[in-house]
Amino acid sequence: MSTAREEILGRIRDALADAPVAPEVPREYRRAGTLDEAGRVEQLVDRLEDYKAGVQVVTADRVPAAIAAHLRGAESFVTPEGLGAEWLGELEQDERRRVDKPGQRLSVTELDATSAVVTASKVTVSESGTIILDASPDQGRRAITLVPDHHVCIVPASTVVQLLPEAMERLDITHPLTWISGPSATSDIELERVEGVHGPRTLDVLIVSDR
Amino acid sequence: MSTVNLGMPRVRAEGNLFEETPFADYAREELKNTQLRANLAHATHSIRDKRLRVVSELPDWEQLRDAGSAVKESVMADLPALLEEFEANFTARGGVIHWARDADEANRIVTDLIREQGADEVVKVKSMATQEIGLNEHLAEQGISAFETDLAELIVQLGHDTPSHILVPAIHKNREEIRDIFLKEMGDVDPNLDSEPAHLAEAARKHLRAKFLSAKVAISGANFGIAETGTLAVVESEGNGRMCLTLPETLITVMGIEKLLPKASDLEAFMQLLPRSSTGERMNPYTSMWTGAAHDDGPQNVHLVLLDNGRTNALADVHGRSALHCIRCSACMNVCPVYERAGGHAYGSTYPGPIGAILSPLLTGVDKAENGTLPYASSLCGACYVACPVKINIPEILVHLRGEDVEARRKRSKRPTEMDLVMKGAEWAFSKGSHLGLAEKGLPLGRVAAGRDGKIKKLPGHLLGGWTQFRDVPAPPKRSFRDWWAKEHKDSSGPGPSGPDAAGQEGGQA
Repeated sequence: MSTAREEILGRIRDALADAPVAPEVPREYRRAGTLDEAGRVEQLVDRLEDYKAGVQVVTADRVPAAIAAHLRGAESFVTPEGLGAEWLGELEQDERRRVDKPGQRLSVTELDATSAVVTASKVTVSESGTIILDASPDQGRRAITLVPDHHVCIVPASTVVQLLPEAMERLDITHPLTWISGPSATSDIELERVEGVHGPRTLDVLIVSDR
Repeated sequence: MSTVNLGMPRVRAEGNLFEETPFADYAREELKNTQLRANLAHATHSIRDKRLRVVSELPDWEQLRDAGSAVKESVMADLPALLEEFEANFTARGGVIHWARDADEANRIVTDLIREQGADEVVKVKSMATQEIGLNEHLAEQGISAFETDLAELIVQLGHDTPSHILVPAIHKNREEIRDIFLKEMGDVDPNLDSEPAHLAEAARKHLRAKFLSAKVAISGANFGIAETGTLAVVESEGNGRMCLTLPETLITVMGIEKLLPKASDLEAFMQLLPRSSTGERMNPYTSMWTGAAHDDGPQNVHLVLLDNGRTNALADVHGRSALHCIRCSACMNVCPVYERAGGHAYGSTYPGPIGAILSPLLTGVDKAENGTLPYASSLCGACYVACPVKINIPEILVHLRGEDVEARRKRSKRPTEMDLVMKGAEWAFSKGSHLGLAEKGLPLGRVAAGRDGKIKKLPGHLLGGWTQFRDVPAPPKRSFRDWWAKEHKDSSGPGPSGPDAAGQEGGQA
């Protein structure tokens, strides 16, 4: 008796006995954006506000202060180990900071008891307002940006592209990826949008631009 | 169906794919539910408008559709090789692949994997494939509790109900009904809960939080599987998907074999097509992608069940196979005048709406249960084809399946059907002018059947009776055209046919 695998593959081959030929895929859609950096940042701000995310455009030297302002009132916050003084400034030494690193992973219960998370990001698509995390050391493993209820995310303007095809070129999809377009939301009840269900209910984005 | 069988046993489709009552009868009952119709009209029109708004923003929408359609066509053409490529890559990164011929086999595989972990409960991300195979029902029989975590699925599950829309499954319930379900079924809910959607969502968050944080096993579907890398993707909104895909140690995904895309770069088209067609958003709040078991990040025990359950039947139908291009966006149901009034339950299957009307019979065969009635659940207006992000020509497949259904019924019944008799009669009448002339002699009889107002209100029989159920037939004229022509030209000596018989001879020679 053949295995399920052999049987299914055999049936697919039988089903394709007419030998259909794979067509040439036309890729006439836009693959390169037309906006300059200022235009992309402006578009991104518009999209994030539409999603009810908090958004600020700040210069690099103002990032630690902006993060600190968002963390005012937070009892604790977690960062991945690769997020250092460059973005955190004095917050790197803040006694409320917990660092998630290999060998010293925070448990789910500890994350649940943590007020906020601060991370960087890999690449962002302005047209759809999509921030992509790829689990690099300055973004951390997926659980840390999920369980705490407040996510403060740093988006350098140099990592903002206009179109999704441009972002795909910068991604290795074998990394664990999380695409974030606003805080968690549902429209399941009478199609009325409610921000904040299971993921972080507050998303604050700091777009870093020195122009 | 134009299938080729080279001796392989036909893979049976099982699970929640069967219309048990003929569609028209089911729909007639559903139409009596005015609350349902009001909710549906509101929902379908809102999503339709949102979709149009975000689609019209993109100058290259049609080019994206062309690419999506061609990618899916190439997936079908190369499916065996792509599945093997996916399997090799997923396995190389620590994932385990299982193959399931039908719903029953998939359910058994999943059950065994859960038992291996010593778990008696699992958290679930909304998934069409697991609904199709009836996984929750099966697990319940095996003493395993499956908790749906998508808000709408939770509402449906707590209400002991079934989904009525693939994107917003609880669209047939309004906020008061949902509050009542929560108060009655949630156990840990605040008794003063009101019907504000934000408060209902908050109640769901609290209810599920402990489950997420303690679950050992999660079950998901997948929106896309990337062959060249072995990557799986889940598209969602609430974060319940991220919870299930990230926190438990064991993740079991059930995915139809048709869900593959060849390359990572194909996502650049599909991740524009899907959210805009589905929820009418520029992008859904969360998308997760994982490739086998990631080191030190998320589930370490990662399984994928590749499901046939009739997909190879659909693939074998050269006129119907493009139904497998479907990415489950639900745009077709939101624009369908039949779905908007009848609602999702009337289709009997996990897959409602225009896509369900073709997909269910393609998976099972038109001769199973009442699935042969589904292709008639359409006015063939074509709105679904225009809305489909991967350009599935649903109306064409509906007509094709109606043909299959007529053939299947003819084979089944020993006696000629009413349609056969009418067609036989027409064949005789139209074969010769003299025959038609003779048939027309009976026309004045129709005037007797018509009332004083000159309308025939009811014809006998199922077929003709069906025609007059919603239409009046005008009474035939006192005399036929042939009769008039023959009398009018009796004395004329012009060229051409001089009467019905001449025409009849010509017809006879043809």
